[in-house]
Amino acid sequence: MQSRRRLLACLRFLAAAPGGERHLSSTAAGSARAADGRLFNKLLVANRGEIAVRVMRTAKRLGIPTVAIYSEADAAAVHARYANEAVCVGPAASTASYLNIPAILAAMKQTGADAVHPGYGFLSENASFVEAVEGAGATFVGPPTYAVEKMGDKVESKKFAAAAQVNTIPGWAGVTENADHALTVAKDIGFPVMIKASAGGGGKGMRVAWSEKELREGYELCTQEAASAFGDSRMLIEKFIEQPRHIEIQVLGDKHGNVVYFPERECSIQRRNQKVIEEAPSPLVTPEMRRAMGEQAVALCKAVGYHSAGTVEFLANPQRQFYFLEMNTRLQVEHPITEMITGQDLVEHMLRVAAGQPLTVTQDQLLHCSGWAMECRVYAEDPARGFLPSIGRLQHYREPRGPSVRCDSGVQEGSEISMHYDPLISKLVTHGVDRQSALAGMRRALDSYVIRGVRHNATLLRSVLDVPQFVEGDLSTAFLAQHYPTPASSAPNRLPLSSQQADELLAMAAMLWVGKQRRLSSGGDVAQVQAETQLVLTMDEQQVPVTVRPAEARMVGAAATTTTSAAAATPPGGGGQALEVQLPHRIMYVRDCGTGNAQLVRAEVDGQAAVLQVLEAGPRQYALQHCGAQRVVQVDGVLAAQLARHMPVPHVEDFSKVIRSPMPGTLVSVTVKQGQRVAPGDEVAVVEAMKMRNVLRAEVDGVVGAVEAEAGAVVAADQVIVRFS
Amino acid sequence: MLQRIVSGGRWTQAQPAAACLAARWMSSNAGELAHALDDLPPYRPGSNPKWERVEAAKREAALGGGEARIAKQHKQGKLTARERLQLLFDPGSFKEAGALVQHRCNDFDMDRQQPFGDGVVTGSGKVFGRPAFAFSQDFTVFGGSLSESHALKICRLMDRAVAAGAPVVGLNDSGGARIQEGVMSLAGYAEVFQRNVDASGVVPQLSLVMGPCAGGAVYSPALTDFTFMVRHSSYMFLTGPEVVRSVTREEVTQEQLGGAGTHTTKSGVAHGAFDNELDALAGVRELLSFLPLSNRDKLPQIPCTDPTDRQCPYLDYVVPGSELEAYDMLGVVQQVVDDGQVLEIMREYARNMIVGFARLEGRTVGIVANQPAVLAGCLDIDASVKAARFVRFCDAFNIPLLTFVDVPGFLPGTAQEYGGIIRHGAKLLYAYAEATVPKLTVITRKAFGGAYDVMSSKHLRGDVNLSWPTGQIAVMGAKGAVEILFRGKDTDMKQQEQEYELKFSNPFQAAKVGFIDDVILPRTTRQRLCQELEVLADKKVWRPQRKHGNIPL
Repeated sequence: MQSRRRLLACLRFLAAAPGGERHLSSTAAGSARAADGRLFNKLLVANRGEIAVRVMRTAKRLGIPTVAIYSEADAAAVHARYANEAVCVGPAASTASYLNIPAILAAMKQTGADAVHPGYGFLSENASFVEAVEGAGATFVGPPTYAVEKMGDKVESKKFAAAAQVNTIPGWAGVTENADHALTVAKDIGFPVMIKASAGGGGKGMRVAWSEKELREGYELCTQEAASAFGDSRMLIEKFIEQPRHIEIQVLGDKHGNVVYFPERECSIQRRNQKVIEEAPSPLVTPEMRRAMGEQAVALCKAVGYHSAGTVEFLANPQRQFYFLEMNTRLQVEHPITEMITGQDLVEHMLRVAAGQPLTVTQDQLLHCSGWAMECRVYAEDPARGFLPSIGRLQHYREPRGPSVRCDSGVQEGSEISMHYDPLISKLVTHGVDRQSALAGMRRALDSYVIRGVRHNATLLRSVLDVPQFVEGDLSTAFLAQHYPTPASSAPNRLPLSSQQADELLAMAAMLWVGKQRRLSSGGDVAQVQAETQLVLTMDEQQVPVTVRPAEARMVGAAATTTTSAAAATPPGGGGQALEVQLPHRIMYVRDCGTGNAQLVRAEVDGQAAVLQVLEAGPRQYALQHCGAQRVVQVDGVLAAQLARHMPVPHVEDFSKVIRSPMPGTLVSVTVKQGQRVAPGDEVAVVEAMKMRNVLRAEVDGVVGAVEAEAGAVVAADQVIVRFS
Repeated sequence: MLQRIVSGGRWTQAQPAAACLAARWMSSNAGELAHALDDLPPYRPGSNPKWERVEAAKREAALGGGEARIAKQHKQGKLTARERLQLLFDPGSFKEAGALVQHRCNDFDMDRQQPFGDGVVTGSGKVFGRPAFAFSQDFTVFGGSLSESHALKICRLMDRAVAAGAPVVGLNDSGGARIQEGVMSLAGYAEVFQRNVDASGVVPQLSLVMGPCAGGAVYSPALTDFTFMVRHSSYMFLTGPEVVRSVTREEVTQEQLGGAGTHTTKSGVAHGAFDNELDALAGVRELLSFLPLSNRDKLPQIPCTDPTDRQCPYLDYVVPGSELEAYDMLGVVQQVVDDGQVLEIMREYARNMIVGFARLEGRTVGIVANQPAVLAGCLDIDASVKAARFVRFCDAFNIPLLTFVDVPGFLPGTAQEYGGIIRHGAKLLYAYAEATVPKLTVITRKAFGGAYDVMSSKHLRGDVNLSWPTGQIAVMGAKGAVEILFRGKDTDMKQQEQEYELKFSNPFQAAKVGFIDDVILPRTTRQRLCQELEVLADKKVWRPQRKHGNIPL
């Protein structure tokens, strides 16, 4: 009962309209420093995008005025407009703006902000920033410098963990000096090993090596990436745990020595070592395991004198053994799922702790979770191109809504996903009484999430939700690599459809087609489209004969088909009439419910609500998206379908003979020379974009015919770099 | 029920739908017995020689040039004349006229070959329930060559279409003139040309070239409103590669000389190309759905599910901060119109100008828009001619014009001047000035110099001229203007530029004198245009009597 009340409170908070500033007086004891009882006079959020908005939302609810910082590229960004005040801190490059400590300090001074929340990323785990903020007389909403320093360093943090009796990964080593040293270390531990940047995070500067060759290659790339992303190229090597699951514990401490842990989050679904789907609790974790992990996490926090919110990350194997991975001394990206199942607002806790108040939540309150929450990170990236960021402007953007849906985003229709920053569009969170209902909610939410203008991973995410192993909770950090082994297999047009989903897709395509014929025929003679329509739908090179007839006809008899008026064919409000769609092996009943949105179709299929997205509508075909899978469905009459075999085969260009830049970026190097023979998998060139170095490899055997771009050149997406002869 | 089946000409193997349904409902034996005669075929005296002769002639006519030639046609990725018509029209709606026509030529033993139909199938039917006429040349009969009777069939069809006030679609697949008929064939062409001209502006005329179309024959498609081609299987030219080689010594293939690629990108003869015939016929149907049946018909309106007050936040951001940056105007248009659907005409040609059909509140509008992503959206010869012809088509058929302006001016250079940009630019000016349909204009960014005047400005009787706050209505950009104004003067050019920008690079100067009716928020563009269009729906303009104007051709 109590947990339910907490949940409701949490949902109410989520539903609070932007700008709806309910003035909550601080009821808890403690030092309320601001004049009128507010926790702080003014909070500067040193971040951008969704997390900036997320933090400001709580601040607004607590009656704390907010200050946004923004770069020149973000002048029109949502977070800058959401804050009460906004200060430009520099040009687009984050090193000159969001990482520009002097400019941020100046913004604090200019606006009179007496507290700074760093969000995640950027300066959130930068000890010198913490010092600078505090040196300027303001409060850093986060952990103390000491903890940030010790936990921010992966080598140091492991020493601490070991000392605090936390399980650590076997055979870990300190910082490696160079590739040769790394090799020696790796041989000691035994392959496979993980190479990772000491200062790393977000999957940057991190690679698995299964052999000496891979180690040397990976070491080189990681070092370069780490140097360009963090300005720190120190590397460490550790044992790579196979079939690992990523499970983490949210902790919260105050300045009075209290630390509590929250129920775990599982973040095993990752690509390039970056989390994409998270859930809380974990399907693996038992109450005993939860307690063990939680108690170790708390022990570590106490060892470093931690306060504020933090996360202790573990790797677990299927036998429920777990090892300390690292501690993140910040608010995690995936914190909303913890909020959803505990009814707590972690940002509020952070603010209260920063203001010196003791924790208002006890460990007992956090032992039980209320239901299940799931989060999908929706990125502007192209799964078909190895998850490379996709930049552009959101031409159409509509977030899913619903009573247990939370969408944390920092964009609106028209917003730009720029090449300068992380391409996260939003974090989509659903909550349910159990895992199945959270999962079902997430399916619905992703199905109706309209994103146009950039490529995105929502399709892949949706597809993952239908993989039987995922449904059963059988996860591992290698899940995506196992189930979607190649970039091509995660391309939206290759994602699988179950036979039921395929039938639904076909039935709805037929419905759209008939609806369009009726609309276009409304100026003419409708009798003819009132009757039965024979169609042949072609999808995935399969021709499917379909008969569509008005469903009412069965009820009122054949005569009605000729007397139905034009008006009845297209009822007002965009809704359509019920249709009976006869597929070769079954009959489906569909009705277009109408959304007034050309990109989204809501329908009833056999009495069940179904959602379909229209990507493109042509005279003879539709490009549709159903359950994450994108398909082109060609719609023909019977005669056209018969005659289709005479049509010439469409000309498809052969791209295996060229290496193209997968995205706009800088060509770092070209490894091959003209006349050189290459085998599949050989490195051909390296393109750097968004601080990621991408190795382009040959897909087929061949001889290099021409190198069409030089190292150092700026290359456009799809620009040919090397041509094979 | 029975009536329909008999008139359909033959028994279909599948049981008719209604009969199925009836059978399902009449589950008792008694019910079935009561309608036992339903299954009996109608009276059809096969032994009657008069009937049989007609049936045989029709069967022969339906086969055109015979099965072997049909197979050959199919092998080339081409359909037969009749198949094409059946696909063009709503299923079962095509009614043929003149199936039994034969030629009257006796020379060269032609009297021994008298195929029914004489190489062209003509008739009428429905497209999305609305009437249309079509002729379809049959390449399997004498290579689709045009004889006197062939031409006469087309002429009769066109006469009927004009009288009925319904569009004509020509499906061209013809080797050219019927040489055996000599001047009679040439006369036939000219008769068709005359009718193309007579029908011009009365009913929409569409041509779909689905095979060869060479020599004088090309002028019939050229006189129609829209010409489409099928890639790799159609070509159009006056003189073929062989003649070209012997006269100019140029080596050129049919495809290079007159393929769909050539005519949609280089010459502008064709308004669009399709990958295959099925796409082509579906595309022509789609286009017809936008067009009024004739110049006396009302503008078609279909039920609209896209809210007319839909806001388009994307438009608030689309114009880049820097003047030098481009953006895609097609994306702008798609945001504004119903369901984002734009049927572009001449998409590959003069891409610095977008023209096409779309709908607002279900009613057809003609879109003309500068495309800043190509050649900065400037006006050149090709873009002017492309837009001018489109504007005149819309005006002829009462289709309101919706113009989006972001134009830095006319393209400079000798190529343009020698090519007669003055003359060609004047066509667009003339077309807009002459048009009496509702004219709505939205200036998104630049509207500079003479190009501002041309692009449906207030001065050319634009009905509603709107600007976004990013609009810049001026003689030219700040930099150029300052260079001229302060040439040789000792002044701070940068500061002068800023001052000029402040003064002229905005919509205020134009709004002050009423050349702009309103400056609107980009996101409200759709809503505003829908409202304005509704008010203007019955716009009428009276012009002084004249035979016709003299457009600078």
